[in-house]
Amino acid sequence: MAEGAVQAGSRAPLDRGALLQLLGLGLAGVVGLGALLAVLALWTGSGAADGVDAATGTVTLALSEEPPQLDATRTTDQVSGRILGHVMEGLLRYDARNRLVPGVAESWEIGETSASFRLRADAVWSNGEPITAHDFIFAWRKALDPANASQYAFILYPLKNGEAINRGQLPPSALAARADGDRTLVVELERPVPYFAKLLAFPTYFPINETFYRSREGRYAADAEDLLYNGPFTIARWVHGASVRLEKNQRYWNADAIRLNAIDYAYITSDANASLNFYKDGKIAMTGLNSENLRDALQNRWNIRRFTDGSVFFMEFNYREGRLTRNWHLRRAMQLVNDPAELVYKVIKVPGNLPGASLFPVWLKGVRGYFRQEYPAPTTRVNEAEARRHLQLAKEQLGLTEMPPLVMLTGDSDSANKQSEYYQNVFKRRLGLDIKIDRQIFKQRLAKMTSGEFDIVMAGWGPDYDDPMTFGDLFASWNENNRGRYANAELDAAVDTARSSMDPKVRMDAMAEVQRILHEDAVVLVNYERGSVYVANPQLKGVVRRAVGTDPDFTHAWIEAPGQPSDLAATEHPSAEAEGHAGG
Amino acid sequence: MGRYILRRLVQGVITVWFIATATFFAMHNVPGDPLQSDKAVSAEIRANLEARYGLDKPLMEQYFIYLANMAQGDFGISFTQQNREVNDIIAEHFRISAALGILAIAFAALGGILWGALTALYRNRLPDIVIMLLVILGISVPGFVFAGLGQLGVVNLNAALGFTLFPVGGWGTVSHMIVPALVLGLGTMAFLTRLMRSSMLEIANADFLRTARAKGLPANRIFRKHQLRNAILPVVTVLGPSIAAITTGGFVVELVFAIPGLGRYFVQAVQQSDYTVIMGTTVFYGAFLVFMVIVVDIIYGFVDPRVRLE
Repeated sequence: MAEGAVQAGSRAPLDRGALLQLLGLGLAGVVGLGALLAVLALWTGSGAADGVDAATGTVTLALSEEPPQLDATRTTDQVSGRILGHVMEGLLRYDARNRLVPGVAESWEIGETSASFRLRADAVWSNGEPITAHDFIFAWRKALDPANASQYAFILYPLKNGEAINRGQLPPSALAARADGDRTLVVELERPVPYFAKLLAFPTYFPINETFYRSREGRYAADAEDLLYNGPFTIARWVHGASVRLEKNQRYWNADAIRLNAIDYAYITSDANASLNFYKDGKIAMTGLNSENLRDALQNRWNIRRFTDGSVFFMEFNYREGRLTRNWHLRRAMQLVNDPAELVYKVIKVPGNLPGASLFPVWLKGVRGYFRQEYPAPTTRVNEAEARRHLQLAKEQLGLTEMPPLVMLTGDSDSANKQSEYYQNVFKRRLGLDIKIDRQIFKQRLAKMTSGEFDIVMAGWGPDYDDPMTFGDLFASWNENNRGRYANAELDAAVDTARSSMDPKVRMDAMAEVQRILHEDAVVLVNYERGSVYVANPQLKGVVRRAVGTDPDFTHAWIEAPGQPSDLAATEHPSAEAEGHAGG
Repeated sequence: MGRYILRRLVQGVITVWFIATATFFAMHNVPGDPLQSDKAVSAEIRANLEARYGLDKPLMEQYFIYLANMAQGDFGISFTQQNREVNDIIAEHFRISAALGILAIAFAALGGILWGALTALYRNRLPDIVIMLLVILGISVPGFVFAGLGQLGVVNLNAALGFTLFPVGGWGTVSHMIVPALVLGLGTMAFLTRLMRSSMLEIANADFLRTARAKGLPANRIFRKHQLRNAILPVVTVLGPSIAAITTGGFVVELVFAIPGLGRYFVQAVQQSDYTVIMGTTVFYGAFLVFMVIVVDIIYGFVDPRVRLE
């Protein structure tokens, strides 16, 4: 009723005066609160350093997540591996050109079933104590101890009694490794292990100082001061969830060869766009790109680098009783319509990826040169008519008039969605085969892979060591990672030959046999070898990207003063460019 | 009053127990568990892992062990950050989320009240129309868009200025907090603006304002003491839950600005099926929300003497 009057009243000039007063009060409030929070926020002070700082030799970077596990006996993930690769060192290590070179061991002899290592006298822990053979024995026993429940214990199975210890049949003290004095380590092997040397650079083989380990009372590796270091760097500061700062280890035996003073992982974020923003602002020296922000990088005319990160992605079939995918004709039909080149160039569209042709990626070494050059992968051309004929045969054998939809288990990432939908479309269009996509988040997908709730699963495999065997035994009947439970005595026999013969030619022939069986029996359909694209500050030099081992590796990196001419800041994986054509 | 507070506290404890129970069983019913990893392990190692974390016991037994530990304030050790206690994770990272949340809510409350009062005074005129359009934007655009745009804005601003005015992300100084807090508080600010505006307009029609005017009180005084003070009440009511929501809902902002807050752990724990962290953070956040609601109920009594509790 009195609305008009009230409205008129609220527009009176005096009220505006009141409002101005209030705005003043409000501003004072903001300033007051700001000041209060300034006081509250003084608990940590991290300056915003630049991505590269030539004066202090510091490179600043971002991590995608907090390193989950820096206890080398129990670590499984890449982020922890990257940190450990800089702050720890095993008996051997990889150099800038991916060759195995002496680490803590200055010399070694590896025989058929035994090996001995001479440790260098100047290799010391970051507290000054010398590294002894006992430190390796302690760490290895720890890793194999069932109570430690290490998920990577299997990589120590070549050591005699290793597997028995891990299965609880023998005590950890039964490990056939002994110290001959402080500086000589003698180990016996379970069987001839032709790739034993290549395992020694892996984190599970790193040493641990027993006295120090016990002194931490279960907190080993929980914080920067709960670790003892023996690598080129040490963790100087670790703020959980926020930053990890590595600084040069002055006690490292080869400290003279290390040119960086600090590697500062100053930010932790898994958001690729945020990471790119840090790079744009000059706060970090390197960042990976994905299919979306690749365009952004291209527009900025940055020098985009790429390399093959070593992982292979494929579709794995289920061979458990009662699964339709046990039928060879059905698998063969799907193999005959699978076109990895189309997937890579039309669907994934990120440079660096290679169309998959074999479970054995192009960078693996064979007898002399690259395995895939010595043993070219058998290939299948797309042939729809032939594929339909096989599908018809499959139906006849299975006694079906209509093929029911197959369940394709996949992850929930954007790229997994794109790829599974692409294959759903391909199998429908070219074969008339229905695919039901079962999209699951990480742990749920793994649970279903383990229990076998799928017909086809989109899976991938990354290498642990630099030998074709790291892929070759994946479909052996005893391998837990053989999620489809494929079993083939012929393939098992070939794997056995390759893992125990000391003759490279015999071994690689056997691996080639595995490659042939995987193709002819249509065990897996290989989709692609993953490529990685990234940008890096041109002043940052000597960064090593590699498929096996610490990646990216800043051990031998340095920062060039600004203004100097530059072309290549990163040494790419030697195979990435040279072999780019081989997968096609 | 004392009895009222006591009753609310007991209700709060029951609510928290309910949250803990529901989360526990929901979590165990999801396929997959924290021990699944990329590389499959043998049955023996699997059994060792289960024994190590007590997952080999029957579910009801695990539940009672869990409740007993929780009652003592022990949430166990994280599955993914394997050397860290959940209590440490909460203690270290919640204060960061809290600092960010408090600053965000301060921005939101001050902005909401001022803009709300302004739009009410300029009702249906240009300032009102412009601000209300922005409010609709603020309410409807999701937080991750603001976060991305805010960060990109900072990058471009720094590039244009030639020096770092605000850091692109990270944590440690006040300048690290300002942009993320603004971004985080934007949605709430828009919501509070609308609330304040309608509250102001409603009170403009109230009888006591007419009486005050009739008494001949100065307009400034009527506005400040009668209209504004009464209009703020609904804002104070929603402030409590808003603080909890902002403090716990900063996940996206924390991710984009690389802030080591608790929100990130909360979401990652669910993705990783990290049982202990899921339970720890959910129960903690639940308890925090319940606590904030109780606190607001009590404060409400002080702000408005007419509201007599009980």
